Amino acid sequence: MDCEKQEAMLRQIQEMEFVAVELNLYLDTHPDDEDAINDFNCAVQALREYKEAYEEEFGPLLNFGHGGFAKDAPWQWLQGPWPWEM
Amino acid sequence: MWIYEKKLEYPVRVQRPDLKFAKLVITQYGGPDGELSASLRYLNQRYSMPTNMAKAVLTDIGTEELAHMEMIAALVYKLTEGATCEDFKEAGWEGQWAQHDNALFWTDSNGVPWSAKYIAALGDPITDLMEDMAAEQKARSTYEHLIACTDDEYAKATLRFLWEREVVHFQRFGETLNHVREWMNQSKHVWCGCDMTKDGKLLLVVPKDWLPPKIYTKSFVFLLTKYKCPEIMCLNYRLSQESATMILLLHYWIK
Repeated sequence: MDCEKQEAMLRQIQEMEFVAVELNLYLDTHPDDEDAINDFNCAVQALREYKEAYEEEFGPLLNFGHGGFAKDAPWQWLQGPWPWEM
Repeated sequence: MWIYEKKLEYPVRVQRPDLKFAKLVITQYGGPDGELSASLRYLNQRYSMPTNMAKAVLTDIGTEELAHMEMIAALVYKLTEGATCEDFKEAGWEGQWAQHDNALFWTDSNGVPWSAKYIAALGDPITDLMEDMAAEQKARSTYEHLIACTDDEYAKATLRFLWEREVVHFQRFGETLNHVREWMNQSKHVWCGCDMTKDGKLLLVVPKDWLPPKIYTKSFVFLLTKYKCPEIMCLNYRLSQESATMILLLHYWIK
Protein backbone atom coordinates (compact mmCIF):
# COMPACT_ATOMS: atom_id res chain seq x y z
CA MET A 1 0.00 0.00 0.00
CA ASP A 2 1.55 3.27 -1.09
CA CYS A 3 0.54 5.59 1.74
CA GLU A 4 2.00 8.73 0.23
CA LYS A 5 0.28 8.18 -3.08
CA GLN A 6 -3.02 7.46 -1.35
CA GLU A 7 -2.73 10.64 0.72
CA ALA A 8 -1.82 12.71 -2.33
CA MET A 9 -4.73 11.41 -4.40
CA LEU A 10 -7.15 11.81 -1.52
CA ARG A 11 -5.89 15.35 -0.97
CA GLN A 12 -6.79 16.19 -4.56
CA ILE A 13 -10.28 14.81 -4.03
CA GLN A 14 -10.66 16.76 -0.79
CA GLU A 15 -9.73 20.00 -2.54
CA MET A 16 -12.05 19.52 -5.49
CA GLU A 17 -14.90 18.27 -3.37
CA PHE A 18 -14.52 21.30 -1.14
CA VAL A 19 -15.04 23.45 -4.23
CA ALA A 20 -18.22 21.50 -4.91
CA VAL A 21 -19.43 21.84 -1.28
CA GLU A 22 -18.77 25.57 -1.27
CA LEU A 23 -20.52 26.11 -4.60
CA ASN A 24 -23.41 23.90 -3.46
CA LEU A 25 -23.99 26.15 -0.44
CA TYR A 26 -23.60 29.28 -2.57
CA LEU A 27 -26.09 28.02 -5.15
CA ASP A 28 -28.58 27.14 -2.41
CA THR A 29 -28.91 30.87 -1.70
CA HIS A 30 -28.11 32.13 -5.24
CA PRO A 31 -30.01 29.67 -7.43
CA ASP A 32 -29.98 31.90 -10.52
CA ASP A 33 -26.21 32.29 -10.79
CA GLU A 34 -25.40 30.55 -14.08
CA ASP A 35 -21.66 31.11 -13.77
CA ALA A 36 -21.67 29.34 -10.44
CA ILE A 37 -23.56 26.42 -11.96
CA ASN A 38 -20.92 26.12 -14.69
CA ASP A 39 -18.15 26.22 -12.09
CA PHE A 40 -19.97 23.58 -10.08
CA ASN A 41 -20.17 21.31 -13.13
CA CYS A 42 -16.45 21.77 -13.79
CA ALA A 43 -15.78 20.65 -10.23
CA VAL A 44 -18.08 17.65 -10.66
CA GLN A 45 -16.23 16.64 -13.83
CA ALA A 46 -12.81 16.83 -12.20
CA LEU A 47 -14.10 15.11 -9.07
CA ARG A 48 -15.44 12.20 -11.10
CA GLU A 49 -12.04 11.63 -12.71
CA TYR A 50 -10.10 11.90 -9.46
CA LYS A 51 -12.49 9.58 -7.65
CA GLU A 52 -12.45 6.97 -10.37
CA ALA A 53 -8.65 6.86 -10.31
CA TYR A 54 -8.55 6.70 -6.52
CA GLU A 55 -11.22 4.03 -6.17
CA GLU A 56 -9.61 1.86 -8.82
CA GLU A 57 -6.50 1.59 -6.68
CA PHE A 58 -7.67 2.07 -3.10
CA GLY A 59 -11.25 0.84 -3.03
CA PRO A 60 -14.63 2.53 -2.75
CA LEU A 61 -15.10 5.93 -1.12
CA LEU A 62 -18.87 5.59 -0.78
CA ASN A 63 -21.10 2.84 0.57
CA PHE A 64 -24.66 1.66 -0.05
CA GLY A 65 -24.23 1.31 -3.79
CA HIS A 66 -22.77 4.76 -4.44
CA GLY A 67 -19.25 3.39 -4.74
CA GLY A 68 -20.02 1.55 -7.96
CA PHE A 69 -19.56 -2.14 -8.68
CA ALA A 70 -17.72 -4.11 -6.06
CA LYS A 71 -14.68 -6.16 -7.07
CA ASP A 72 -14.42 -9.86 -6.28
CA ALA A 73 -14.26 -10.88 -2.64
CA PRO A 74 -12.99 -9.79 -0.18
CA TRP A 75 -15.44 -6.88 0.21
CA GLN A 76 -13.28 -3.78 -0.16
CA TRP A 77 -15.40 -1.35 1.84
CA LEU A 78 -14.03 -2.86 5.06
CA GLN A 79 -10.46 -1.90 4.18
CA GLY A 80 -8.53 0.69 6.09
CA PRO A 81 -7.10 3.06 6.70
CA TRP A 82 -10.19 4.82 7.97
CA PRO A 83 -10.25 8.61 7.76
CA TRP A 84 -9.27 9.32 11.37
CA GLU A 85 -6.26 7.03 10.97
CA MET A 86 -4.81 8.81 7.94
CA MET B 1 -30.97 9.80 3.83
CA TRP B 2 -27.26 9.91 4.45
CA ILE B 3 -24.42 8.26 2.58
CA TYR B 4 -20.98 8.14 4.13
CA GLU B 5 -17.86 9.15 2.26
CA LYS B 6 -14.71 7.50 3.56
CA LYS B 7 -12.61 10.63 3.85
CA LEU B 8 -12.43 13.73 5.98
CA GLU B 9 -13.63 17.02 4.52
CA TYR B 10 -10.22 18.54 5.33
CA PRO B 11 -7.03 16.87 6.57
CA VAL B 12 -6.47 16.52 10.31
CA ARG B 13 -2.92 16.26 11.57
CA VAL B 14 -1.11 16.98 14.80
CA GLN B 15 2.54 17.60 15.62
CA ARG B 16 2.36 15.51 18.78
CA PRO B 17 -0.18 14.08 21.24
CA ASP B 18 -1.46 16.67 23.69
CA LEU B 19 -4.08 15.57 26.16
CA LYS B 20 -4.52 18.96 27.79
CA PHE B 21 -5.43 20.40 24.43
CA ALA B 22 -7.62 17.41 23.57
CA LYS B 23 -9.63 18.15 26.70
CA LEU B 24 -10.26 21.64 25.32
CA VAL B 25 -11.02 20.51 21.77
CA ILE B 26 -13.66 18.05 22.99
CA THR B 27 -16.04 20.97 23.55
CA GLN B 28 -16.45 21.17 19.79
CA TYR B 29 -17.47 17.52 19.81
CA GLY B 30 -20.11 17.43 22.57
CA GLY B 31 -20.24 20.95 23.94
CA PRO B 32 -22.98 23.59 23.59
CA ASP B 33 -21.46 25.28 20.54
CA GLY B 34 -19.91 22.20 18.99
CA GLU B 35 -20.49 20.34 15.77
CA LEU B 36 -22.98 17.81 17.17
CA SER B 37 -25.18 20.65 18.39
CA ALA B 38 -24.87 22.40 15.05
CA SER B 39 -25.70 19.37 12.91
CA LEU B 40 -28.68 18.23 14.99
CA ARG B 41 -30.02 21.76 15.27
CA TYR B 42 -30.02 22.38 11.53
CA LEU B 43 -31.12 18.91 10.45
CA ASN B 44 -34.03 19.07 12.88
CA GLN B 45 -35.14 22.61 12.05
CA ARG B 46 -35.41 21.89 8.32
CA TYR B 47 -38.69 19.98 8.75
CA SER B 48 -40.57 23.12 9.75
CA MET B 49 -39.12 25.55 7.23
CA PRO B 50 -41.53 27.09 4.69
CA THR B 51 -39.27 27.58 1.67
CA ASN B 52 -37.22 25.18 -0.45
CA MET B 53 -34.18 27.39 0.02
CA ALA B 54 -34.35 27.09 3.80
CA LYS B 55 -34.86 23.33 3.61
CA ALA B 56 -31.87 22.96 1.29
CA VAL B 57 -29.56 25.24 3.27
CA LEU B 58 -30.35 23.54 6.57
CA THR B 59 -29.95 20.08 5.05
CA ASP B 60 -26.62 20.92 3.40
CA ILE B 61 -25.07 22.85 6.26
CA GLY B 62 -26.35 20.26 8.75
CA THR B 63 -24.68 17.56 6.70
CA GLU B 64 -21.43 19.50 6.52
CA GLU B 65 -21.51 19.88 10.30
CA LEU B 66 -21.58 16.08 10.65
CA ALA B 67 -18.38 16.08 8.58
CA HIS B 68 -16.92 18.68 10.91
CA MET B 69 -17.84 16.57 13.91
CA GLU B 70 -15.88 13.76 12.31
CA MET B 71 -12.88 16.07 11.93
CA ILE B 72 -13.02 17.00 15.61
CA ALA B 73 -13.22 13.31 16.47
CA ALA B 74 -10.16 12.65 14.31
CA LEU B 75 -8.33 15.55 15.98
CA VAL B 76 -9.05 14.25 19.48
CA TYR B 77 -8.18 10.73 18.34
CA LYS B 78 -4.74 11.91 17.19
CA LEU B 79 -4.16 14.14 20.20
CA THR B 80 -4.83 11.21 22.53
CA GLU B 81 -3.15 8.50 20.49
CA GLY B 82 -1.32 5.99 22.67
CA ALA B 83 -2.20 7.82 25.86
CA THR B 84 -2.11 5.89 29.14
CA CYS B 85 -3.91 6.51 32.39
CA GLU B 86 -0.82 8.34 33.62
CA ASP B 87 -0.96 10.67 30.64
CA PHE B 88 -4.61 11.41 31.36
CA LYS B 89 -3.80 12.09 35.04
CA GLU B 90 -1.04 14.48 34.07
CA ALA B 91 -3.47 16.36 31.86
CA GLY B 92 -6.07 16.53 34.60
CA TRP B 93 -8.42 14.46 32.49
CA GLU B 94 -8.36 11.14 34.36
CA GLY B 95 -12.14 11.15 34.72
CA GLN B 96 -12.31 10.70 30.95
CA TRP B 97 -9.97 7.68 31.19
CA ALA B 98 -11.95 6.09 34.00
CA GLN B 99 -15.22 6.34 32.13
CA HIS B 100 -14.11 5.94 28.54
CA ASP B 101 -10.51 4.66 28.26
CA ASN B 102 -9.42 5.84 24.82
CA ALA B 103 -12.97 6.16 23.51
CA LEU B 104 -14.39 9.50 22.51
CA PHE B 105 -17.52 10.82 24.12
CA TRP B 106 -19.81 13.82 23.80
CA THR B 107 -19.03 16.18 26.63
CA ASP B 108 -17.85 19.77 26.91
CA SER B 109 -14.39 20.73 28.21
CA ASN B 110 -15.59 20.31 31.78
CA GLY B 111 -17.04 16.84 31.31
CA VAL B 112 -20.66 18.01 31.13
CA PRO B 113 -22.46 15.60 28.81
CA TRP B 114 -24.14 16.79 25.62
CA SER B 115 -27.74 17.83 25.98
CA ALA B 116 -30.62 18.62 23.68
CA LYS B 117 -30.98 21.74 25.84
CA TYR B 118 -28.18 23.21 23.72
CA ILE B 119 -30.43 23.42 20.69
CA ALA B 120 -33.84 24.88 19.92
CA ALA B 121 -36.53 24.61 17.32
CA LEU B 122 -39.34 27.09 17.84
CA GLY B 123 -41.05 26.32 14.54
CA ASP B 124 -40.98 30.00 13.60
CA PRO B 125 -38.63 30.27 10.62
CA ILE B 126 -37.32 33.71 11.59
CA THR B 127 -36.67 32.67 15.17
CA ASP B 128 -34.96 29.47 14.12
CA LEU B 129 -32.73 31.10 11.49
CA MET B 130 -31.70 33.74 14.05
CA GLU B 131 -30.71 30.95 16.43
CA ASP B 132 -28.68 29.37 13.63
CA MET B 133 -26.82 32.61 12.99
CA ALA B 134 -26.08 32.98 16.69
CA ALA B 135 -24.88 29.37 16.79
CA GLU B 136 -22.39 30.01 13.99
CA GLN B 137 -21.00 33.03 15.81
CA LYS B 138 -20.61 31.04 19.01
CA ALA B 139 -18.81 28.27 17.17
CA ARG B 140 -16.55 30.84 15.51
CA SER B 141 -15.64 32.36 18.87
CA THR B 142 -14.94 28.94 20.34
CA TYR B 143 -12.58 28.11 17.48
CA GLU B 144 -10.76 31.38 18.11
CA HIS B 145 -10.32 30.35 21.74
CA LEU B 146 -8.99 26.94 20.76
CA ILE B 147 -6.60 28.32 18.12
CA ALA B 148 -5.13 30.62 20.77
CA CYS B 149 -4.67 27.71 23.15
CA THR B 150 -2.16 25.67 21.17
CA ASP B 151 1.22 25.96 19.46
CA ASP B 152 0.59 22.96 17.25
CA GLU B 153 0.66 24.41 13.73
CA TYR B 154 -1.04 21.41 12.16
CA ALA B 155 -3.88 21.47 14.66
CA LYS B 156 -4.21 25.21 14.12
CA ALA B 157 -4.56 24.68 10.37
CA THR B 158 -7.47 22.31 10.91
CA LEU B 159 -9.13 24.63 13.41
CA ARG B 160 -8.70 27.60 11.09
CA PHE B 161 -10.51 25.72 8.34
CA LEU B 162 -13.39 25.01 10.72
CA TRP B 163 -13.35 28.68 11.81
CA GLU B 164 -13.66 29.80 8.18
CA ARG B 165 -16.59 27.47 7.61
CA GLU B 166 -18.49 29.01 10.52
CA VAL B 167 -18.13 32.44 8.94
CA VAL B 168 -19.43 31.16 5.60
CA HIS B 169 -22.34 29.33 7.25
CA PHE B 170 -23.28 32.53 9.06
CA GLN B 171 -23.38 34.31 5.71
CA ARG B 172 -25.61 31.64 4.15
CA PHE B 173 -28.04 31.64 7.06
CA GLY B 174 -28.26 35.42 6.80
CA GLU B 175 -29.11 35.14 3.11
CA THR B 176 -31.70 32.48 3.89
CA LEU B 177 -33.25 34.68 6.58
CA ASN B 178 -33.56 37.59 4.14
CA HIS B 179 -35.18 35.31 1.59
CA VAL B 180 -37.65 33.91 4.12
CA ARG B 181 -38.58 37.43 5.24
CA GLU B 182 -39.23 38.48 1.64
CA TRP B 183 -41.30 35.38 1.10
CA MET B 184 -43.37 36.12 4.18
CA ASN B 185 -43.96 39.72 3.10
CA GLN B 186 -44.73 38.97 -0.53
CA SER B 187 -47.23 36.29 0.19
CA LYS B 188 -48.73 38.68 2.73
CA HIS B 189 -49.23 36.07 5.30
CA VAL B 190 -47.31 35.29 8.40
CA TRP B 191 -46.66 31.61 8.31
CA CYS B 192 -47.13 30.10 11.71
CA GLY B 193 -47.48 26.46 10.78
CA CYS B 194 -50.97 26.62 9.26
CA ASP B 195 -53.04 28.57 6.81
CA MET B 196 -56.51 29.73 7.68
CA THR B 197 -59.31 30.04 5.20
CA LYS B 198 -62.83 31.27 5.66
CA ASP B 199 -65.41 30.87 2.91
CA GLY B 200 -62.64 29.70 0.61
CA LYS B 201 -60.60 32.89 1.11
CA LEU B 202 -57.15 32.87 2.63
CA LEU B 203 -57.23 34.95 5.78
CA LEU B 204 -54.21 36.65 7.15
CA VAL B 205 -52.75 34.59 9.89
CA VAL B 206 -51.00 36.26 12.78
CA PRO B 207 -49.81 34.87 16.08
CA LYS B 208 -52.60 34.87 18.64
CA ASP B 209 -51.00 37.41 20.95
CA TRP B 210 -50.63 40.14 18.29
CA LEU B 211 -53.61 42.08 19.55
CA PRO B 212 -53.94 45.65 18.32
CA PRO B 213 -52.51 47.85 21.06
CA LYS B 214 -54.50 50.86 22.30
CA ILE B 215 -51.84 53.30 21.21
CA TYR B 216 -52.91 53.11 17.58
CA THR B 217 -54.54 56.40 16.59
CA LYS B 218 -56.15 57.93 13.54
CA SER B 219 -52.79 58.97 12.15
CA PHE B 220 -51.81 55.37 12.21
CA VAL B 221 -54.91 54.38 10.25
CA PHE B 222 -54.05 57.10 7.74
CA LEU B 223 -50.60 55.62 7.42
CA LEU B 224 -52.07 52.26 6.63
CA THR B 225 -54.55 53.42 4.05
CA LYS B 226 -51.98 55.58 2.30
CA TYR B 227 -49.25 52.98 2.19
CA LYS B 228 -50.72 49.57 1.58
CA CYS B 229 -47.40 48.10 0.64
CA PRO B 230 -44.78 47.19 3.28
CA GLU B 231 -41.91 48.20 1.00
CA ILE B 232 -43.22 51.74 0.59
CA MET B 233 -43.83 52.04 4.31
CA CYS B 234 -40.26 50.95 4.97
CA LEU B 235 -38.80 53.62 2.70
CA ASN B 236 -40.93 56.48 3.91
CA TYR B 237 -41.02 55.79 7.59
CA ARG B 238 -37.68 54.05 7.96
CA LEU B 239 -39.36 51.01 9.36
CA SER B 240 -37.90 47.55 9.26
CA GLN B 241 -39.69 45.11 7.03
CA GLU B 242 -40.96 43.24 10.06
CA SER B 243 -42.49 46.33 11.64
CA ALA B 244 -44.07 47.38 8.36
CA THR B 245 -45.52 43.94 7.81
CA MET B 246 -46.78 43.72 11.35
CA ILE B 247 -48.50 47.11 11.08
CA LEU B 248 -50.10 46.12 7.79
CA LEU B 249 -51.34 42.84 9.19
CA LEU B 250 -52.70 44.48 12.31
CA HIS B 251 -54.77 46.70 10.03
CA TYR B 252 -56.91 43.69 9.36
CA TRP B 253 -57.53 43.22 13.06
CA ILE B 254 -58.57 46.83 13.54
CA LYS B 255 -61.10 46.55 10.75
